[in-house]
Amino acid sequence: MSEKLTPETDLTKPVTPVSRQGKTSSRVIEHFVAPLEETPLAAIDNVDETAAPLSLWADAWRNLRRQPLFIISALLIVLVLVVAFVPHLFASVDPTSCTLNDSSEGARAGHPFGFTLQGCDVYSRMIYGTRASLLVGVLTTLGVLVVGGTMGALAGYYGGWIDTVLARLADIFFALPLILGAIVMMQLPAFRDNRSVWTVVITLVIFGWPQIARITRGAVIENRNADFVTASKALGLSRFNALVRHVIPNSLAPIIVVASISLGTFIVAEATLSFLGIGLPDTVMSWGNDIAAAQPQVRNNPGVLLWPAAALSVTVLSFIMLGDALRDALDPKARKR
Amino acid sequence: MRFSRTSKALGVAAVLAMSLTACGGSTGGGNTGTAGGNTSKAITANGTEPQNPLLPANTNEVGGGRVMDLIFSGLVSYDAKGAIQNELAQSIETKDSQHYTIKLKSGETFSDGTPITAKNFVDAWNFGAAAKNAQLNSYFFESIKGYDKVSAEKSTLDKMEGLKVVDDTTFTVDLAQPESDFPLRLGYTAFYPLPESAYKDIKAFGENPVGDGPYKLAAGGWKHDTSITLIPNDKYNGPRKAKNGGVTFTLYSSPDAAYTDVQSDNLDVLDQVPPSGLQNFKTDFKGRFVNQPYAGNATMTIPSYLPEFKGEAGQMRRQAISMSINRQQIIDKIFYGNKKPAVDFTSPVLDGYDANLAGNDVLKYNPTKAKELWAAADKISPWPAGKVFTITSNIDGAGNKEYITAMANQIATTLGIKAQLNPIATFKQSRDLINSKKLTGASRAGWQADYPSLYNFLGPLYGTGAGSNDGDYSSAAFDAKLKEGLSAKTVEDGNKIFNQAQEILLKDLPVVPLWYQAVQGVWSNNVNTVEFGWNGVPLYYNITAK
Amino acid sequence: MVMFTLRRFLQLIPVFFGATLLVYFLVFATPGDPIAALSGGKPMAPAVEAALRAQYNLDQPFWIQYGLYLKNLVTLNLGQTFSGQDVSAVIGRAYPVTARLAIMALSIEAIFGVLFGVIAGLRKGKLFDGTVLVASLVVIAVPTFVLGFVLQLVVGVQLGWARPTVSGAAPWNELLLPAIVLGLVSLAYVIRLTRASISENMNADYVRTATAKGLSRTRVVVVHILRNSLIPVVTFLGADLGALMGGAIVTEGIFNVPGIGNLLYKAILKGESATVVAVVGILVIVFVVANLVVDLLYAWLDPRIRYV
Repeated sequence: MSEKLTPETDLTKPVTPVSRQGKTSSRVIEHFVAPLEETPLAAIDNVDETAAPLSLWADAWRNLRRQPLFIISALLIVLVLVVAFVPHLFASVDPTSCTLNDSSEGARAGHPFGFTLQGCDVYSRMIYGTRASLLVGVLTTLGVLVVGGTMGALAGYYGGWIDTVLARLADIFFALPLILGAIVMMQLPAFRDNRSVWTVVITLVIFGWPQIARITRGAVIENRNADFVTASKALGLSRFNALVRHVIPNSLAPIIVVASISLGTFIVAEATLSFLGIGLPDTVMSWGNDIAAAQPQVRNNPGVLLWPAAALSVTVLSFIMLGDALRDALDPKARKR
Repeated sequence: MRFSRTSKALGVAAVLAMSLTACGGSTGGGNTGTAGGNTSKAITANGTEPQNPLLPANTNEVGGGRVMDLIFSGLVSYDAKGAIQNELAQSIETKDSQHYTIKLKSGETFSDGTPITAKNFVDAWNFGAAAKNAQLNSYFFESIKGYDKVSAEKSTLDKMEGLKVVDDTTFTVDLAQPESDFPLRLGYTAFYPLPESAYKDIKAFGENPVGDGPYKLAAGGWKHDTSITLIPNDKYNGPRKAKNGGVTFTLYSSPDAAYTDVQSDNLDVLDQVPPSGLQNFKTDFKGRFVNQPYAGNATMTIPSYLPEFKGEAGQMRRQAISMSINRQQIIDKIFYGNKKPAVDFTSPVLDGYDANLAGNDVLKYNPTKAKELWAAADKISPWPAGKVFTITSNIDGAGNKEYITAMANQIATTLGIKAQLNPIATFKQSRDLINSKKLTGASRAGWQADYPSLYNFLGPLYGTGAGSNDGDYSSAAFDAKLKEGLSAKTVEDGNKIFNQAQEILLKDLPVVPLWYQAVQGVWSNNVNTVEFGWNGVPLYYNITAK
Repeated sequence: MVMFTLRRFLQLIPVFFGATLLVYFLVFATPGDPIAALSGGKPMAPAVEAALRAQYNLDQPFWIQYGLYLKNLVTLNLGQTFSGQDVSAVIGRAYPVTARLAIMALSIEAIFGVLFGVIAGLRKGKLFDGTVLVASLVVIAVPTFVLGFVLQLVVGVQLGWARPTVSGAAPWNELLLPAIVLGLVSLAYVIRLTRASISENMNADYVRTATAKGLSRTRVVVVHILRNSLIPVVTFLGADLGALMGGAIVTEGIFNVPGIGNLLYKAILKGESATVVAVVGILVIVFVVANLVVDLLYAWLDPRIRYV
């Protein structure tokens, strides 16, 4: 916006205040002149009008990379990613070789967190479970963001029949029980024989998008009548471009909040599905699976539940922090000065 | 928190000693030292919403069964040990195990005062058997002559020719073939009489039944999904006279919830400690628990239609799998020692049970032998490379997943093959897989006795074409032994022959017996010692309040 | 506004039929045989099986089944459960309980969520903010089936402060503990949404104006910042009300609440279409109405939003 304004006054010409005009001073004034600077002022202050303006996103990035919150969360996420992709670097014990001889045993050398009811190494399972859990959490969150975000933004922005159709569609999907949907989904020929992380992700996306759609729709409705949208439209931006360039970026805050928390709840939802036999197969290790399996022993051997839950917490925490930092960076008003 | 944890640790040693005495005490009578209970105070007990209207021939699950067995009584009933005692029967006589003459006690009435006659029994049985009434227990009448006609699809007949009323207190039963354990069945829910008034509106009757048992339904007593209130029936004169002022079943959707209610004395009797309580119930309920076997077992079916398990190689493989399961270890680690490994196909609480059948070595853990047998089978027809041995089970009920996973791990470790649980989300889906013979591996199975008899554990499960023969097992020798056992003169003679039939099963292993079920029950501080019966159900009528 | 509301109610009709058709199909498509399950693994006479199949129209193709269902629906007959009870009676018993539980959980979420969120938003980065974040993390990372179980054990059994389960009549005070468990996860959402919104609006021009006018801080926060921050929170709560009215399978199971969640779960497992479809049908109505209320609230919270 600012680049369209051109200076109308010549700033180099001294301006005499109106009240002083017509008077002359009798005092002798001594002038102290600072030595001339090497670089002319204009070189710094002059706006390079040919350079591309900093976009909202570039601006956000510039702000983001200086925030400690962002750096810590990014490091944590990188750590989790590394664990997810090369788990064998972090754990030497095979998480699938379990024997009842070790059932519910405590910690001992080489097995820092003890054993599960089935006699599997808790630490190793926590490490190896990262991949599936992270994939479910991240992919599902991305999926619902894409599907729900688009639907919600279109519905809220355009209103009218688009809103009616999309919002009512969301109502229908919201009312369908996830478990029923999952039972049917897992039985589809495409999924029945090769159940994987993808099956769970697709199921969770199909039944999880309406929430984000609602939140997006609400935030877009809030912003669609804002002054800056009217301004940008007045300046000739098309309706759709105004949505993409101005309404959505300004509506991101609640979406980011919900998405970063949902990441954790999706990982837990996978636990519930697995617990009911409609999630990941037993051969795929996940935090959710382990948390669900640990439930009956929570009174006697809480550690088995604690460790995967702690791993889940750290992951969610890092995404919540990332979301926080991103939100602050995107909102110029909230930036610390 | 901290305080309670220390006190728990201190309690462990003391309770270990107590648990032994409590176990011993509970099987012997159970009324010692508990005299002087309050007989007018009502008690509360764990229940579940009955799945069907409360009709004798339509109640086939424990939620309804608990209630039916208290508000009805049949010709006979079972005592704590499963022995038969007469309720309404004066005598049940036969000379050939095929033609029975049944005489009723006179002067007995339903709770509404109408007299109980022979006709009430004959009509109720005919009603239960007739196809047009679609009663779930109809197959219980299949031994009676004429059942095939009334039970045929679209049949409109409703009278079996094998049932004849002689006079008000006498009727005769003709069976299609001799069956020596027929009298044993007569205490089962399906054989209860119905009053004449029931047939006017059988649906309304099922909501508010009038029976002849030690209790009757209180007015508006069945609050669906919430509670069922029973009060003593003063017209009842049988051996199960109520010793309390009534039983209210609180209906739970999970035993975990019920467990916490007994802990806080909001519920008096729980007959099923949930998996999460198995490790703690002996300390949570010092001196207020039982842990005893009941007439049920857990098995694993290996269907005969699987190509890898056919013929001689298949037999060796089944034996190898059985010997690669360390039953005691699973019991110790997963069930915290609360069961006993199976050494036959029936249950130790039954008359005629024999722990020393020839060939029961195959049910003992023997990894070396298991490996040998597996290798020998591979020589005849090799196990397909990469094939996973799956054990199918529904996992919508608690506690199946854990032991099957452990079992699969043991099989995999011992035999060096891949083995895993194949979890099925719903019971209806797993039943469908089993019924339609679409299993691709083993499946979880088990049996809970309907009536205390060895035959009940054998005939319906392994007889050729029998209703619950999920693995399609068929053996002419076994069928012949069953028939011989049924036509034996006495139950005792029959049992000997049934055990010979079991020895055939031990060779063929149509299912792999795992362990005998045991009931873990606990009770509150508000009631005296609770006695549990042969079928794992508390003897509610014997419970006295403090 | 009146027209807007009326139109919304008219939209209910296609939504209702769409949802029931879809859910009827889903139940129809679940694998397995409901009648086989009725036998509980014991034998069943073939004639009995056939009769039962006919009784519940399970011997018919899908479209006829659904058509017969709709035909009954017109006469307000919701069908029967496999235990022979009228679905309308079953739902009539369960719904009031779930509604009470949902209202309590929603109140807890709304009151504490907004309160904690406002404090955390105003004191961003301070101790309170951090404590709330850690507490929300615990709630998010520990599934309800564990959290509920532990709370029940500690509060209900060990401390004895409340009855561990809900008794038959499900009175308000006994529903408090399950309502807390039920509201906890959503509480985390509401806190974070409020916090984000507050911190975003704290620097808005109108806030500076209000402060400059000399308004007290409380008035600025409550009247100006909060009102302008509530839209995302209201959206979330509106959606959550629907989710809560759908019943909570896990929480209701743990505390033995005779509500819709349990009913729906059992019906799904059994393949009892009549019950599932009726519950989902009611749910869709709840959703549409909740949405309408939320949309009307938008206009109240932000006068720039108008409906015609």
